[in-house]
Amino acid sequence: MYNLQHIKEKAKSALNKSAKFGPDIDLSTFVKTVEPTKEGKDLTELSQEELKNILMAGIDPTEQSRAGTYFQRDTGVLKCNVKQDGVEVIPIKEALEKYNWIYDYYWKAVSVDADKYTAISELELHNGYVIRSLPGSKSVYPIQACLYISTNQLQQNVHNIIIAEEDSELHIITGCATSPHVKRGAHIGISEFFIKKNAKLSFTMIHNWAEEMYVRPRSAAIVEEGGLFLNNYISMRPVKSLQMYPTIYLKGPDAVARLYSIIVGNPGSEYDLGGRVYLQAPGSRAEIIARTISNGAKIIARGHLIGEVPEIKAHLECKGLILNGGIIHAIPELEGHVDGVEMSHEAAVGKIAQEEIAYLMSRGLSEDEATSTIVRGFLSIDMPDLPPQLKAEVDKAIEASDKEVM
Amino acid sequence: MLHIEDLKVELAGRIILEHIDLDIHPGETHVLFGPNGSGKTSLLMTIMGYPQYQVKWGKIFFKGVDITNLPINERANLGIGMSYQRPPTIHGLKTRQMVMLCARGKNINPEELAARVRFENFLHRDINAGFSGGEIKRSELLQLMAQNPDLMLFDEPESGVDLENIALVGNTIAELLERDGFMDKDPTKTRYQQKKARTKMGLIITHTGYILDYVNADKGQVLYNGHLSCVTNPREILECISKSGYEECVRCITCNI
Repeated sequence: MYNLQHIKEKAKSALNKSAKFGPDIDLSTFVKTVEPTKEGKDLTELSQEELKNILMAGIDPTEQSRAGTYFQRDTGVLKCNVKQDGVEVIPIKEALEKYNWIYDYYWKAVSVDADKYTAISELELHNGYVIRSLPGSKSVYPIQACLYISTNQLQQNVHNIIIAEEDSELHIITGCATSPHVKRGAHIGISEFFIKKNAKLSFTMIHNWAEEMYVRPRSAAIVEEGGLFLNNYISMRPVKSLQMYPTIYLKGPDAVARLYSIIVGNPGSEYDLGGRVYLQAPGSRAEIIARTISNGAKIIARGHLIGEVPEIKAHLECKGLILNGGIIHAIPELEGHVDGVEMSHEAAVGKIAQEEIAYLMSRGLSEDEATSTIVRGFLSIDMPDLPPQLKAEVDKAIEASDKEVM
Repeated sequence: MLHIEDLKVELAGRIILEHIDLDIHPGETHVLFGPNGSGKTSLLMTIMGYPQYQVKWGKIFFKGVDITNLPINERANLGIGMSYQRPPTIHGLKTRQMVMLCARGKNINPEELAARVRFENFLHRDINAGFSGGEIKRSELLQLMAQNPDLMLFDEPESGVDLENIALVGNTIAELLERDGFMDKDPTKTRYQQKKARTKMGLIITHTGYILDYVNADKGQVLYNGHLSCVTNPREILECISKSGYEECVRCITCNI
């Protein structure tokens, strides 16, 4: 039987434990409770300004092109539905009350006592989503999940669990955004991913935060034999401080993980992010690709590949462009533990090559057009296995902030 | 027309071109010969407007406009285009997008244009990323086809091109420059009238002269130590160089020009 008491105690013991990376946040400065949101409101009834913010985070308020929606405003669930057979979307609080199976996953990929952020999400959980694709199911449209903050100074504690059962295919787009009047707040989000045998999961996350937001996602994934986990992260808008280091365990033979992130850092924003993949079974493969642009931000771009068994292959690519001041600090790490691993990395921090600008200008583009063409190219990563619809959302997010990048 | 007057150019503190006079009239194509390091590419880059090539003396006019100090893109918009020997890779910019950019809003079909230089399979690739020498040449021609400039500068268009593609590259250049065999085929006009109606101008750098098998150029020029030393029939120059070398050629000892 699952020892809930034991979990709570572990959490309590970690309440003052600072995270290994990123500046420490004084969580006592945030509001913890608000009037709970009532379920049932249609997303299209949100104000125009709010709609704009969630649209920029890849959320479709009409829900037409989505197989299901989970929308959490502050601490409560505004909307939770699913239109597609073979997929379940359940608020995690409901799942924890009703279903025993959830305890096979709850805190099984992320440790509850990792730091004070994991601890607080156990002790003061607001809600979050459980999305599960049943064995063999294939979703045509993505499920969308939005974690939205509409109360100034709120600290939102969220826990999500995503399960792709054997032979299933699941696509999720998740947008995190704040209401236009929110200046400051904190978002703590635990996400645990379970990709079963031969399942395929794509998870695309677009952040659209406010300038004084503190964000601490805590994510981990376990990928079984033949499974594929595709994780895309896009953050183009200002944020005060964001630190995350999602960790993927490739446990089964031929499991694959691909992590792509696109970051544009604005003045006053501080990022410490990266991806870590443990390759624990033969034939497993991993690819981490990060593109960062600094317009005056402080960006630490990490990456860590750990090859524990032979016959694994992994590559890490970390490229940064400093366009307008700031710091980009790339920290790629490769760790081979046995003979027969094959791992590589490529890191670069630089500027736009004058030669490329001149080349485009000789085709008739102005200097500004040439520069933005090069920047857009830099940010566009080929993301294989991502459905075209989601690729379009990624492109849209990049395009929308293009003006601000320049 | 392109009119260059007593041009003196400095690159990184060193004079690399001096006393250059050159006229290319509408419809004319010139071939530029010269040993390595003689300044051929520098002359093209100066005409295109690369700012590191500083004009210290003299002027460049194009279509009557003094372009000596114009930025690169304004020269491009006046109708100057260039086919590069080693263009930079731009990551994330697909060849198809690049072709569309070159068209500047003109209605073009990138697939159709690419088919003409057997380049359809490269449209989805990042521009110049991992392209071989010959692939770069075909990509550059494809871009020029979309851009359709009036004056085209070709930097060694045949170098690195395999035997299978040399005719394709040569004929495409001839077509771009409206040379013999590719002129407007209006049966009501005489051949002379067709030639007179030709407007495209070309300046082609060549080492080997192979390009002359496909492009019937009007004039040949020899650039030697930063000076234009000889203007005459390109075939004669080629013959003279291959017989006696550049040094003899510019002294006009053997060819009696």
